[in-house]
Amino acid sequence: MCMPKLLLIVGLLWVTQAQAESKVPKLGKPAPKELIARWDYDVFPDGTGLPEGQGTVAQGKLVYQQACQSCHGVEGQGGSADELAGARHGLTDNPPDKTIGTYWPYATTLFDFTRRAMPLDRPGSLSNDQVYAVTAYLLYLNHIITADMQVSAKNLASIAMPNRDGFINVYAHEER
Amino acid sequence: MNEQQALTPLAAGGLLDRRAFLQRSLSFSVATLVSSEALATPENGREPWMEKPGAPFSNYGEPAAHERHVIRWTMGNDKALGNGVSWTPLQNLEGIFTPNGLHFERHHNGVPQIDPKQHKLLIHGLVNNSLVFTLEDLLRYPMHSCYCFLECGGNSNAAWHSEPIQTAVGYFHGMASCSEWTGIPLKLLLDEAQVKGRAKWLIVEGADASMMQVSIPLDKALDDCLLALYQNGERIRPENGYPMRLIVPGWEGVLNVKWVRRIHLAAQPVMARNETAKYTELLPSGKARQFTYVMEVKSLITQPSFGYKLPQPGIYQITGLAWSGRGKIAKVEVSADGGKTWLEAELQEPVLSKCFTRFRIPWQWQGQEAILQSRATDETGARQPAREHLLAARGQHGYFHYNAIVSWEISAQGEIKHVYA
Repeated sequence: MCMPKLLLIVGLLWVTQAQAESKVPKLGKPAPKELIARWDYDVFPDGTGLPEGQGTVAQGKLVYQQACQSCHGVEGQGGSADELAGARHGLTDNPPDKTIGTYWPYATTLFDFTRRAMPLDRPGSLSNDQVYAVTAYLLYLNHIITADMQVSAKNLASIAMPNRDGFINVYAHEER
Repeated sequence: MNEQQALTPLAAGGLLDRRAFLQRSLSFSVATLVSSEALATPENGREPWMEKPGAPFSNYGEPAAHERHVIRWTMGNDKALGNGVSWTPLQNLEGIFTPNGLHFERHHNGVPQIDPKQHKLLIHGLVNNSLVFTLEDLLRYPMHSCYCFLECGGNSNAAWHSEPIQTAVGYFHGMASCSEWTGIPLKLLLDEAQVKGRAKWLIVEGADASMMQVSIPLDKALDDCLLALYQNGERIRPENGYPMRLIVPGWEGVLNVKWVRRIHLAAQPVMARNETAKYTELLPSGKARQFTYVMEVKSLITQPSFGYKLPQPGIYQITGLAWSGRGKIAKVEVSADGGKTWLEAELQEPVLSKCFTRFRIPWQWQGQEAILQSRATDETGARQPAREHLLAARGQHGYFHYNAIVSWEISAQGEIKHVYA
């Protein structure tokens, strides 16, 4: 192929690419840091995203009785909503008992979900300290921490959950 | 093909050649019905609605008054009315697209009433440019349509039970619907934000009261995910994510985040409640399958099915839906004898990737007991499993991702029951 022709083709490709890009108006505005901080509720298993705060098992029991018990039952059992504690069977029994203690792999998930979604009738009404406290109480009810413990941004991610290694990542094993 | 050939069953149980229904030779036995009904016609030949002007125009049309029984069945928690599901009445519908008012619902804390002027989309995390978009901005972006099914990971979960549930097909398999979704390829917005090399996941969150969030692999987001603004031509309904939702073609429903307002680029999944405690499938070993994104190949007969009674022996059109999260449906086979023999059904065009596909096959019922089943195979060669095989592989407590063959038992009286066969 002679040089002018090649240049023409390269030139056309460049124009096509530029046209494709020019179709996108790029109207996104820079997001203020304060907006991101206010909106970002994500808490990762390594503790990234945990806000400042702490709560004890005893404090959490009071929060639970006021905000959670009417749906989840006394000590996390027998309510109209999900069973949270008190598993009488393991995961290989019939039927299996899937509770925080037997099934949930990460303690951070408990904080993340409670803070963003609970209580169902007044989501967002608990302070971070209250969410830490009720997290502590639920971990205590599931025999994961002792009654005298405090849960905070510093120690939550390091609390070992019994079913931490109970999951098979199907997507990671897929052939692509 | 002559009439005799068309009516010769090609499989035991009376299944006919799939091309037979197109032929004039099968439009029989209608004549007697018409002649007896003709006597009920008024003398002047005009029905009452032909003797006065019809109703005026309407700003937004509704189904015929006689079709108001075709509804979603809703199932909620009495103490939490916005936490539950509603089911698409698949048994009443034809074609492949679901009317917007009948699309299934799964909400985790109700349908938010969003002011579109206040709603914003934030993209942040591992990006060079954290960006905020308004709906007005987004409406100016290039759009395209994705014709695809949405199926809840928990669809068909009653079929894990030991006893077959006796209810209409839509009310235990109808957490599956299909639409034309139109919106902006997510890749355009991610490119504008300039995703950093370390980013591998998107944490996508909705603006509902549960702030429902899930982790989605970046590869999938760049491949075919859509930020949808329209459903079947009109703006998305509130219960389906107004003013914007994510569409993740072929993957389980919960990932198709409704009312989406935040996309967080991250190096790791967030391990949300809805990808750990829920939407994971416990196996007999005690381990659970996680991130089982793809909705596997599946089909079911929508007519005849539970709730319908065959009035008399004769020819019936068996029809149903097939779909696969891995691509196009390659074939659907139908059995009228509980799986002993199978015959390929006609696939109605268009056959689209990750979309409902309508199948049809004529069947000559001679008043015998029969078991109707359908079995789909997708273009990757994956075939819908028998229930016993699915249970052998997954046990009975997986709850999510049930895609086994569905069986309808026809009695000698023409009554239809759901059975495990």
